[in-house]
Amino acid sequence: MKILGRVTVILCGLLLLVYVGEFPDFADPQSPASTHVSPYYIQNALEDTAVPNLVTAILADYRGYDTMFEATVIFTAGLACFFLMRLPKKEERVVFYRHRATGVTLRIDDCGAVPKDTQAFHRIDSQWVPRDLIIRSTTRLLIPFVQIYALYVLAHGHHSPGGGFQAGVVLGASIILLAISQDLRSAISKIKEKTLGILSSLGVLIYAGTGFLCLLLGESFLDYGALASLLGTDRVMARSHGILIVEVGVAMAVMSVLIWIYYNLSSAGKQDEGL
Amino acid sequence: MIWQLDLIILVLVIVCAIAAINVKDLLSAAILLSAYSFMLCLLWAVMGAVDVAFTEATVGAGVSTVFCVAAVFHTTRRTKD
Amino acid sequence: MRGYNMDLLNLIAAKANYWTYIILMMVGFYALIAKNNLVKKIVGMTIFQTAVLLFYVSMSTKKGGTIPILHHGETTSLDPGHVSALVNVADYVNPLPHVLMLTAIVVGVATLGVALSLAIKVYKTYGTLEEDEINLQLRNG
Repeated sequence: MKILGRVTVILCGLLLLVYVGEFPDFADPQSPASTHVSPYYIQNALEDTAVPNLVTAILADYRGYDTMFEATVIFTAGLACFFLMRLPKKEERVVFYRHRATGVTLRIDDCGAVPKDTQAFHRIDSQWVPRDLIIRSTTRLLIPFVQIYALYVLAHGHHSPGGGFQAGVVLGASIILLAISQDLRSAISKIKEKTLGILSSLGVLIYAGTGFLCLLLGESFLDYGALASLLGTDRVMARSHGILIVEVGVAMAVMSVLIWIYYNLSSAGKQDEGL
Repeated sequence: MIWQLDLIILVLVIVCAIAAINVKDLLSAAILLSAYSFMLCLLWAVMGAVDVAFTEATVGAGVSTVFCVAAVFHTTRRTKD
Repeated sequence: MRGYNMDLLNLIAAKANYWTYIILMMVGFYALIAKNNLVKKIVGMTIFQTAVLLFYVSMSTKKGGTIPILHHGETTSLDPGHVSALVNVADYVNPLPHVLMLTAIVVGVATLGVALSLAIKVYKTYGTLEEDEINLQLRNG
C-alpha cells in the first residue's frame, strides 16, 4: 500500500510540476488573477461602502452570500460534533474527592454519598495534577484583556485587519484558556452548553435576518442599502453599518461553536472532567 | 519581500510538514502541526495578506492545536507508523 | 551552458512559492492515502488544505504592492457618482483571494473538529486507531 501510495504521489507531483512553467510569474501585477474583477473592488469599495479595509468590504458586502453559508457550515459542524459525541449523564459513575488539608484522596463508587463540605473537600479529575499558582493567577488576570482585545478587533474591522471571524476565534480562545488553566467544570459553570447552543443559532439568525430585512424593505437579499430608511443615514453609511451588524452575528456564531466543540472533544462527550 | 527571509520560511514549512507526518508520537505531530501553522502565518504576513495571517495565527497555531491535543489525550499517544 | 543554468535558476527562483505548494500538497496527499493511523491521516488533510491556501494567496501578490487597506488621506470624496481616479490599482495587492481563503481557514478548523470527534468514537469502539487492526476486527466480526 505504501509503494502504491508513493508511486501515485510521485506521478501526480510530476504532472503538476510540468505545468508550473505555464503559470504567470510570481508577483506579477499584470497576471490574469489581478486584472479582471478585483480592479473594480479596489477602486470602488471606499465609495460604495465607506470601508477602507477592502477584505472586510468584499467579505461582508460584495460576497456576503458566501459568508452567510460559511457561518451556516460552522454551525452545522458544531451540531455534528454534538450529535456524535455527547453522552447523557449517567448515574453510576466513579468520582474522586480530595481532602485539602491532608491530601487524602477518596474514591466514591456508584452514587455513594459525596462530601458536602466544599471547604474541606474538593472534587478532582481522574488524572489530576496540582494546579500551579502562577498559571492560575496569570490567566485570571489576562482573560478579561484578551476579551476586550477581541471586541476591539470586531469593532475596528473596517479600518484595520480584523473583523468578525478573527474576533470570534479570539473570544473562543479566551474561554478555552479558562478551561485549560482552571478546570473544565468551572468553565462549564460560567458558560453553559445551553447558552452556547442559543448563541450560535442566534448568530446565524442575525446574518440571515439582516438579509431578509433588506428583502422585506423592498430591495434584493443582503443589499444593505435598504437599511438606510431604518437607520436614518444615506445608502453608503447604511452599507457600512450593515457590514458591522453581520460581523457581530458571525463573531457570535464562531465563538460559541468553537467553545462547544472544545467542550465535547476534551471530555469525550461527558462534560464532566477534561484536559 | 526580502528573498532570503522568504526562502528560509519556505524551507522550514516543508521540513515541518514532512516531520509532522513521520514522527511516531502523536503529541509531537500535533505540536509540529502548530509550528507549521505559525510558519505559514509568517509567510502570509510577508506576502501582504494580513487578514489571512491574523486568522491563521489564531486558528492554526491556537485552537486547532488544542483540538488535536484534546483528541490525543482521549485516544492513544503511540503509533506504529 | 551557462545561459541554460541561469535560465533554470530564474525559473526556480521566480516561482518558488508554486514549487513549495506542489511539494506540500503531495506530502499531505501521501499522508492521506498511505498512512495507517487515523490521526496521521487527519494531519495530512490539514496540510493539504493549507497548501491550497498557499497557492491562492501566492496568486494574489503584486510586486511593490502594499496591504489591501486603503490609505486614509487618499480618496476623500464620498459622493457616489464620482469615479475615483486617485486609487492606483497596482499599489494594492489583490484582495479577492484573501476573502476566499478566510472562509477556507475557518471551515478547515470546523472540519478538523468533526474529524477528531469521529476518531475518538472509533477509538472507543475498537480500542485502536490503526487502520489494519480495525479492518481485522471488522473481518473477524
